[in-house]
Amino acid sequence: MELFRNVNVDWLGKKWYFLSFSLIFSVAGIISMGMHWAQIGSPVPLGVDFKGGTQVELQFVQTPDTNRIRQAMDATGIKDARIQAYDAASKNEVLISLPEQQNETSLDAGQKQIVDTLHTNYAGNAFNVRNVSVVGPTVGKQLEKQALLATLYSMAGMLIYLWFRFQLIYGVAAVVACFHDTLITVGFFALLDKEISLTVIAAILTLVGYSMNDTIVVFDRIREDLRMSRREALSDVVNRAINQTLSRTVLTSGLTFLTVLSLYVFGGQVLRNFSFALVVGILIGTYSSIAVAAPMLVAWQEWRARKGNAAVLPAAKRARV
Amino acid sequence: MKKNLNGKIALIVAVVAVFVFGILGGAWIPWPGQAPKPFKQAVTDRIHLGLDLRGGAHLILQVVVSEAVNAETDNTVGRIEQDLKAANLSFSQAYKPDPVNKPEVIRLEGTTPEKASDVRSALENKYSNEYEVSGGGGDTSFTLTMKPLVLTSLKKKTVQQAIETIRDRVDTLGVSEPVIQEYGLGDNQILVELPGIDDLDRVKSLIQETARLEIHAVAGGPYKDAQEAMASNGGVIPADEELAHGSGSVGADTGSDSIWLLRRAYVVGGNDFRSADPGTDQNGRRNVQFTLTNEAGDKFYDYTSKNVGQSMAVLMGDRVREVATIQSAIRDRGEITGSFSPDEVEMLSKLLRTGALPASLNYLEDRTVGASLGADSIKAGVTAAVVGVLLVMVFMLIYYKGSGINADLALFLNLVILLGFMGVSGATLTLPGIAGVILTIGMGVDSNVLIFERIREEVRAGKAPSAAVDQGFAHAWVTIVDTHVTTIVSAAILFMFGTGPVKGFAVTLTFGLLANLFTAVYVSRVIFDAHLNKMKPGDLVSI
Repeated sequence: MELFRNVNVDWLGKKWYFLSFSLIFSVAGIISMGMHWAQIGSPVPLGVDFKGGTQVELQFVQTPDTNRIRQAMDATGIKDARIQAYDAASKNEVLISLPEQQNETSLDAGQKQIVDTLHTNYAGNAFNVRNVSVVGPTVGKQLEKQALLATLYSMAGMLIYLWFRFQLIYGVAAVVACFHDTLITVGFFALLDKEISLTVIAAILTLVGYSMNDTIVVFDRIREDLRMSRREALSDVVNRAINQTLSRTVLTSGLTFLTVLSLYVFGGQVLRNFSFALVVGILIGTYSSIAVAAPMLVAWQEWRARKGNAAVLPAAKRARV
Repeated sequence: MKKNLNGKIALIVAVVAVFVFGILGGAWIPWPGQAPKPFKQAVTDRIHLGLDLRGGAHLILQVVVSEAVNAETDNTVGRIEQDLKAANLSFSQAYKPDPVNKPEVIRLEGTTPEKASDVRSALENKYSNEYEVSGGGGDTSFTLTMKPLVLTSLKKKTVQQAIETIRDRVDTLGVSEPVIQEYGLGDNQILVELPGIDDLDRVKSLIQETARLEIHAVAGGPYKDAQEAMASNGGVIPADEELAHGSGSVGADTGSDSIWLLRRAYVVGGNDFRSADPGTDQNGRRNVQFTLTNEAGDKFYDYTSKNVGQSMAVLMGDRVREVATIQSAIRDRGEITGSFSPDEVEMLSKLLRTGALPASLNYLEDRTVGASLGADSIKAGVTAAVVGVLLVMVFMLIYYKGSGINADLALFLNLVILLGFMGVSGATLTLPGIAGVILTIGMGVDSNVLIFERIREEVRAGKAPSAAVDQGFAHAWVTIVDTHVTTIVSAAILFMFGTGPVKGFAVTLTFGLLANLFTAVYVSRVIFDAHLNKMKPGDLVSI
């Protein structure tokens, strides 16, 4: 079975479509982030890992009535609790969150209060404490900074590797593509009002690696083809390289997508946002290596040609294998 | 030409055998006289599960190191006063101008100008190792600032001491495999992970309740409240003294609301105790009988012999637990009597034995995962992994026919090696770690796809089977190295920055990909070669 044979698509000729597609999603994401910023002071809804606060996950024996839980909370004077049904309705789970405590010493009080309150004021329905997270402001801030740094470092690390293996411009193009993917994925979280937690950051870093993979496969082929046909126009070589690798690109993305989808469907509530980031990111990452990274290489070369510099993309360094 | 593959096949079998042993251990092999363990239990015994899968508590604590610095400088203030008095050098006061923000700064004021150089040399003689001495000259005041290196090492030591103490205390609870270590992300923070604990209250009270236990000299009291204390001291609390609330002391007949004025510098500190045991005094009241270390004993003897008839207070946390009058000089034995319950006496002895915490602790983060959630997560993770693997395997079979078997075998070995590695290395499998396994399946199959697509191209270009396989592997190898390196770079950065569960993800992803290099390239190649060996001239590769 073969899906793609002798494909001959002029990918670079479609660059304006690609550009507008990427722009629409990036701008939509940025606008949504801006709106979140105005409302909650951060570009995306942050999970308890980053925002700090108390979060208690409870599993009740019978179907819980969130209104009665709310009343029980109000009766003890816990006013600012957010109460939401969690996971599939059949699981009888409720997530109760309290906003961040400014004072680190009173950190622990909230969780105990919630549990005690429910024991006294909602005694009819026994429950089991599944998960408690209490995060103080210090740790949240640290993590926020670390997550940002980790993403930046990982991109920088790859830029350096590609610089060493190919040429600087290849590295720049690949990193721009990765940044594009990260932006759009985070934008999706903002648009859909999903919370970013520590595991989502792990997913985003994986995407950076994954998108880089896809880009490198195309770049490797460009490098190889360039070596064989130096007279041909760069855009033709790049088009051919994309077409030659298209089968692999679609197959691998499709297979990884299958596994990630299985994670999204079967992996449970804890990993839902994590796998969501991967589902979105794999689609965008595959798209970006064809639609962002490769056109950037060509655009750069054309720009250099117009400036009267050497017209050919500097031959990539030979692979050292 | 046929290749001799026996050596390569032997290597593959050996590697796989090692990792299968890694997954299962030796216990599943039926030895004579020993029933083999069931397969499932053999696996779960070998592979360490993270807190998010087995349930447990995760705490991040911050050591309030400024307290330890304050204790040290308070002590120095006391020593400076004694030294100067002994040398007949007059001064109006030695104190700390800003104990909250700058606990490392000591100020000495009101020395006489003509004795300034004597004071200076007295200070420098004794304290210049730890402190920067400035001032003097025409001025009558001096400033001692703890040297940055000394300060850093004091803070480090405090955190280390806190870790040791917490470990000792947690050990008394019988938690299996606790993790207690410095938490790298922040300053002076400690990470505590306690598998299997889902009721934190007991643990927390043990870790935190008595942050410090010290014996201080009493400067005044008891007073009814803070106003009275201020009033009887002319409205100002001297800088080297502090107020402390009592808590129902029996020794001195005061209620729990009374307030005492204590000297800041302690006579006996939390780590001066050598042993402590619960007991009763001659009146049958419960007490804790303690022995001091030799050094502390000498110091205590020195103090008590000079201060017979004076009072001293036992300070627990920030409350006065007992106030006693010094009847005679004491060297290294003593007892603390208060209105203790049997549990309190037991706990207090335990705390004294394990040493006091050098400073109090703040909770920055605490998370508990119930065992039921952990079990559900395992189930969900395993289901997702199995479904993912099956989907990929079936697809590879359909798309690449005979070569699909090759890819599926490589994929299966990839998983075996990855799990075996988890067993051998003792690395922790977390829920995101399972996600890492699943991603490894997706990304691992990429290597096979790259190779197969390349072989197809070569076949289309009219190459003979063995040349096509050769070229396919050679070309794809370059790309495979590049893609693996970049992914491992991002996983390594995740490992450095991440915590618990996320680290687990980075670990499985990295080792999954390393194993992939072996299975998808080396093993796959051997299978192809074995197949080529059997082919007759004119046969085609099934791809």
